[in-house]
Amino acid sequence: MRYAETGINLEIDLSRGGIERVETDPRDTELYLGGLGTNAKILWDRVPPEVEAFSPDNLLIFSAGLLCGTPAIGCNRTIVTTISPQTLLMAFSMMGGFWAPELKYAGYDKVILRGKSPDLVYLWIHNDKVEIRDAAHLKGKGAIETAELIRQELNEPKAQVSAIGLAGENRVYFASIEQGRSSASRGGIGAVMGDKGVKAIAVRGTGDINIARPAEFIGLCDEVMDYIKFRKENPIPGVIPILSVLGSPQEMAIHDERWHTENFTWGNARTRRKGFWTEEVEKEWTETLDNARTRMISCYNCPLQCGATISMPGFPTYMMKCFSKLTYTMAAMSNLNFGLRIAQRATEYGVDAYSAPQVMAFALELYEAGILTDDDLPGLPDGNEERFFWLLDRIVRREGIGDVLANGTYWAAKAIGKGADAYAHNTIKKHEQLPLKLGMLNPVYFLMYSTGEKINITQIQGQFPQAPFPEREHREAFVKDWFQVPDDRFKQYFLDWEPRGDFSNPYYPTVEMCCDIVEWHEQMHYIDDALGMCTGLSSFHLKAPYHVHNFPKFISAGAGLDTDEAKLKQAAKRYRTLVRAINVGRGMRRKDEKPPEDHWKHRFPELEKELLDAYYRFKGWNDEGIPTTESLHELGLDYVSEEFIRRGILNGREAAPSREAVVEQASQ
Amino acid sequence: MMRVVKTIKIDVDKCNGCRSCEVICSAFHAADKYGTTNPARARIRVIREPLLDIFVPVFAGDFAPAECAGRNQYIIDGKVHDECAFCRASCPSRDVFKEPDSGLPLKCDMCEDDPPLDEPLCVKWCENDALIYEQREEEAEEAAELEEMEIGLESLVGKHGLQPVIDAIARMSTK
Repeated sequence: MRYAETGINLEIDLSRGGIERVETDPRDTELYLGGLGTNAKILWDRVPPEVEAFSPDNLLIFSAGLLCGTPAIGCNRTIVTTISPQTLLMAFSMMGGFWAPELKYAGYDKVILRGKSPDLVYLWIHNDKVEIRDAAHLKGKGAIETAELIRQELNEPKAQVSAIGLAGENRVYFASIEQGRSSASRGGIGAVMGDKGVKAIAVRGTGDINIARPAEFIGLCDEVMDYIKFRKENPIPGVIPILSVLGSPQEMAIHDERWHTENFTWGNARTRRKGFWTEEVEKEWTETLDNARTRMISCYNCPLQCGATISMPGFPTYMMKCFSKLTYTMAAMSNLNFGLRIAQRATEYGVDAYSAPQVMAFALELYEAGILTDDDLPGLPDGNEERFFWLLDRIVRREGIGDVLANGTYWAAKAIGKGADAYAHNTIKKHEQLPLKLGMLNPVYFLMYSTGEKINITQIQGQFPQAPFPEREHREAFVKDWFQVPDDRFKQYFLDWEPRGDFSNPYYPTVEMCCDIVEWHEQMHYIDDALGMCTGLSSFHLKAPYHVHNFPKFISAGAGLDTDEAKLKQAAKRYRTLVRAINVGRGMRRKDEKPPEDHWKHRFPELEKELLDAYYRFKGWNDEGIPTTESLHELGLDYVSEEFIRRGILNGREAAPSREAVVEQASQ
Repeated sequence: MMRVVKTIKIDVDKCNGCRSCEVICSAFHAADKYGTTNPARARIRVIREPLLDIFVPVFAGDFAPAECAGRNQYIIDGKVHDECAFCRASCPSRDVFKEPDSGLPLKCDMCEDDPPLDEPLCVKWCENDALIYEQREEEAEEAAELEEMEIGLESLVGKHGLQPVIDAIARMSTK
């Protein structure tokens, strides 16, 4: 018997209309867990570097996490994996909601799409019955609209639907896959779904998911629930509102947006508006949100209320998530009222709420600079807000300039020329980033930005505080009940970290400590993404209910795997390295691993080089960021080094210091 | 006569639609306690239409052998609720509160356990207090004791309706 997982993947060949149920190898679960881990293995095995995003040979994998469908609280995420048309690297965007558990109950761990359908179709998965159905009547429909129409025509109100909007159909490079109150947005995976001719996947399941050691597992869940209650009653003092409580984050609950509006930049990631958050603004925005918000809502089996149903006058009701609350507002230099209105349309179109607003602000900046002219933007309205609506409508239809902008700022700047490059200033690995422009280099963030392969900072940062606390007493109080740390040395790193002086950024935390902290953050995220756990109860948060100490117990009692902290870390390292291997195969090298040049005003080239050198060594990668033969061997990934040697990426003679030696060095 | 009724009061305004109640209910009532999870087996379900702002947790009541004559609609706070949305019965007209394999009706037992739990687990797992456990005293009508034959006849009437039973008895009496 299989526990936590179903042991069955659904293979769909869209070109031939083939549907196959394939039993998976339990040994792969031991090595790569599930979710992102096993997705990476499939992608490595079946999608060689020559396969492009829009090739029929590219796969689009929808995977439930290993523990989705069990009572593990907040474990509901779908991990979607493919090759991105924008970054040309592996994309693994994720969504919460209700889809992954439903897939499990239907009897599957993953849906693997290959080929291309000649006509627009949707999939209907109802336990053993799987159909490819015509979706001609859904062409051009909004993502949320599509989900409702499918539920109605199937007469299955309990079906869960993942769908694309117009942006996905038209292969916009930042198209999302929407699913009720969630979306998998980063990396343009919605474009790949559209390219494959799949409008939606509807799922309904009524089967069982088994737990290996039931009483123990429920005991662990109860502990998590109790800790969630404790954290609700004891927010962390001295940090910004969204970090003081749990959640993904709880943007819909929070009115105080001083931190975001004054620290993030506005427009095309340009202007920082200190002093923006006045009483007047607070009153206006609070009213806007209170009037718009009908109800706070949650994902499957999670008590936190990170989402909300939003109704703006003249717009249909929709479900808003996280920080899309402010991205449109700030890109357009407007107010929350505008942000909540345009986000409704953007959700139906299915676009990423980080990239889309930035692309539009970029276009308007080019227009102001005279690089784009009235000839490029015929009929552009006068008002700023109208311009954003106008651009959005054109981008998702790929009409006129929209066709260029639909590829994101990096590719659009290349196509436009005339110095447009300088305006596409906020990308990493060709992908738009959060609009952050700060003063002093933060060495931990430097490493996370540079080497993170999620290519999205919010999904890399984590359980170690973002900034030092000014008072030592406050720091001492913080570390007192900080049992989530992998090791007590992290407490010392934090205790000694000062806002100014010798023990402050950028030289403190030291290079070795930075490696250690980044490793911890990254590990947590990679574990979450294999299990299907929401970062809002785990890797994203200070003092989270899930951590490196209880995860092995959950996996062992839930999935019946013989694991402990060491084995779990090794597994996470294995598939994390596999993600890197896929990207290295696609040409990713050290030159690609850098934050936007203007991310910090004060940069330290020598220190940055040292950080990257040390981190690469720490990870067992060579100077180009390529995992060495030796470190691959240690992880049981000899098949990767063989392929790298065959392709001339490695020559088979590299040696890297062992991990133990680096850790030893770090603790000295 | 007074009797103690154990019940769950439902505050639909507080429901966030997470379905934790379904999760823990199905796990608790699994053949091997907590050994499987499957909301389709849960004795509570959340009727969830987020875009219409309908979030109604309903826990399973008695089995109803026949469909209702019609489905009324109620408009509450501008929202149209189907009468069935609030109905706790397992009945022939819909597929809720039935074992997915056998089709047998499911009924909430308030998580009867030995030793007894403080409260049903759906209530415990509802962090937003949409489900509130209550023990209250209710006035109960003194039910007339039925004779064994009447119990049998009543179930026949329940199944076939009164007139066919009368007709059958009439036919039998003329034989």
